Amino acid sequence: MSNRSIAGVPLSYIGNRLFTFFLTVLIAASVIWIIPRLSPVDPAEAMLGRMAAGAGFVENADQILVDLRARFGLDEPLWKQYVVYLKNLMVFDFGVSVANFPTPVSQMLAAALPWTLGLMIFSVLIAFVIGNAAGAFMAWQETPRIWKIAIPAAMVFTSIPPILSGLLLMWLFAAQLEWFPLTGSYGLFETPGLNWEFILSVIRHGTLPALSIVVVTFGFWALGMRGLMTTVQSEDYVQLAKAKGLRPRYILYRYMIRNAILPQVTAFALKVGLLVTGQILVERIFSYNGMGKLIYDAILNQDFAVIQGASYIVILMTAASVLIVDLIYPFIDPRIRHGGGQ
Amino acid sequence: MADATGMGGVVSDADEKAARRRAKRLKRFDSPWMNPKLLTGAGIIVGILLFGLLGRFLWDPELVFIGSAPLNLPPVGFENLRGEPGSPAHPLGTQSSGRDMLALMIVGAPNTLFIGVIASLIGMTIGILLGFSAGFIGGRTDDVIRVLSDVMITIPPLMVLIVFQTSIGEIGILMMGVLLSGFMWQSPTRLIRAQVLSMRQSGYVRMAKLSGASTFDIMFKEMLPNLVPYLFGSFIAIATTAIVTAVGLETLGLGPQRVPTLGRVIYEAIDSAALLRNMWWWWGIPTALLATMFVGLLLVNLGLDEVANPKLRKV
Repeated sequence: MSNRSIAGVPLSYIGNRLFTFFLTVLIAASVIWIIPRLSPVDPAEAMLGRMAAGAGFVENADQILVDLRARFGLDEPLWKQYVVYLKNLMVFDFGVSVANFPTPVSQMLAAALPWTLGLMIFSVLIAFVIGNAAGAFMAWQETPRIWKIAIPAAMVFTSIPPILSGLLLMWLFAAQLEWFPLTGSYGLFETPGLNWEFILSVIRHGTLPALSIVVVTFGFWALGMRGLMTTVQSEDYVQLAKAKGLRPRYILYRYMIRNAILPQVTAFALKVGLLVTGQILVERIFSYNGMGKLIYDAILNQDFAVIQGASYIVILMTAASVLIVDLIYPFIDPRIRHGGGQ
Repeated sequence: MADATGMGGVVSDADEKAARRRAKRLKRFDSPWMNPKLLTGAGIIVGILLFGLLGRFLWDPELVFIGSAPLNLPPVGFENLRGEPGSPAHPLGTQSSGRDMLALMIVGAPNTLFIGVIASLIGMTIGILLGFSAGFIGGRTDDVIRVLSDVMITIPPLMVLIVFQTSIGEIGILMMGVLLSGFMWQSPTRLIRAQVLSMRQSGYVRMAKLSGASTFDIMFKEMLPNLVPYLFGSFIAIATTAIVTAVGLETLGLGPQRVPTLGRVIYEAIDSAALLRNMWWWWGIPTALLATMFVGLLLVNLGLDEVANPKLRKV
C-alpha cells in the first residue's frame, strides 16, 4: 500500500497488472505443456512412425528411438523438461518444425506474425471508429430517423463469428463478382518489398479478411458506446452546455463522445481474445499468410512444435494487449488517476 | 351505494371484473420479461430446437451417413454445375460424399446448441459458486478467485483446445462441452462477485443479517432471486461464446468427428472447395442456420439486458 506513483498512477496498480500478466503467461504456457504429456502417444515413436511411413523400413529403430528421445530431451525427468521448456520460451525457442525440418519454429512464427498483427490493427481500428460513431449516433437525440433504424439493423451481425461473414463475403465478392482475389495475402507475381504493385496487392488481398472482421465486430463497440452515451447524456455538464446554447453537434463531439469513449478502451481488453482467435479462423479460410494458415497447416501435418509455439505466441499477444490497455488507461483517463484507483 | 341501485351494482361489478382482467392481461404484457427482443430471440432458438427435435421424426436422420444419397445435388429449384436439377427427395440438396443436407442440419443444429448449453451450464455453476464465495468470504479467497478469473479470462480457449485436440485426439460432444466449460466460468464469476459486493451493502441484506438469517439463506434466498436476469444474460452470453469457439474448432477440422455438427459441415465444405465448385448450399445452409442461431441468442441477450437494466427500456 505504498503511495509512490508514476505520473499519478500508483505503483501498486502497475505491479498488480504486471503480476497478472506474468501469471497468465505462466499458467497458459504450463497448460499447453501439460496437455501433450497426458497423451498416451510417445512423440519419439510418432516421429519414428512418420519416418517408417516414408521409407517403408527403418534400420536400427531402437537406436533411433533412444537418439530421438535424447535429442528432444524426452529422457530427462519431467521437472527438468519443464524447466528447460520455460527457459526456452523466454528466448522464443520452440524447437524445429517436423513438417519443414529443420526450420526453427520461431522463424516460421516471425514470418507469419507481421501479417496477423497488420491485419488485426487495421481491422480493429476501423471497427472501433465505425462502431463508436454508430453507437454515439444511436444514442444522440438529434440523429435523423433513418439512421436510428439502419444502425441497429446492421448490428444484427454483431453476434456472428467472423468466419461466417468471411465465407459470405468470399463467396459474394471473390467467387461470384471476382472483385477481390479469393485467397492469399499478395499476388503470386509480386516481389515483396516497398513497391506500389506489392502494396496495392496486399491491400486488395487484405480487404475481404479485414471487412469480414469489421462487419461483425463494430456492433460490439456500438452497443457499448450507446450505453455510455445514454449515461453521459443526462450529466449536468451536458445540460449546462445545452443551456448555454452551444450547437448540438459541438456538444456531441466535444462534450459527449470525448467522455463516453474512454471506458470503451477497456472493453477492448475483454474482447481481444475472441478478436485474435476469430481472426485466425478468417486467415485460415482466406489462406492469409498469418498465424491462422500456419496453425491450420500444422494441424494437417501434425506438426506439434509449431502448434505449441503458435498457441504460445497467440496467448502472449492477447495477454500483452490486455496489459498494454490496462497500463495506458490511467494515463488517458484522469478520472482513474485522481479518483482513488478503484 | 350498491344498495340504492341493485342492478347497477351487478353491472359495475362485472365491469370491474372485466377491467381488472384486462389490466392483468396488459400487465402481463407490460412485464419487462415480455419485451419484443427477448420474445423474438427466444422464438428463434425454440424454432431451431423444434426443427432439430421434430425433424428427426419427420425426416430420415439416417440420411446423414456417407453414401446414403446421390452426390452433389442442389436444393429444389436450382441446378448444379453439371446441370442436374434438385430433387424433392433431398430438398436442401446433398454434398460430395452423399449426405443429405436437410438431415445434416436436423442432426447437426441440436448438437451445436447442446455443446453450448453443456459448457454454459457447467460454467455457470462454477461461476455462481466462485462468485458468491469471493463476494461473501472476501479476504484471501476473494484475492485468489479474482486473480484466477482475471488470468483465465485472458487465455483464448481456442488455442488451448487446439493443443488439446492435436495431442489427445478424438472427443465426443459431451466432452467438448465439458472442455469448453473450463473457459466459461470467468465472466459469471466476475459478474456475480461484483453484484454480491454491491448487494451486501443494501438494506434488505443487512436486515436479513440482523434478523439472524444464515449465510446460506442470505446468499440463495435473498440475493440470488435479484440476480436472475443477470444470470440468464450471463448464461446466454457464455453459451454464445462456447458455440463460437466450438464452431471455430470444428472449422479447423477438430472437435467431435463422428457426429455431424454445423461447424463440421462447414469444414468439409471448405475442405472440398465448395466455394469454387459453386456448391453454395453446402456451406451456405449451415452458415445461415448458425447466423440465425447467433442472432437469436443476441436478441435474447439484449432482451435480458433490458430486464436487468431498466435504463435501456424504451418509454
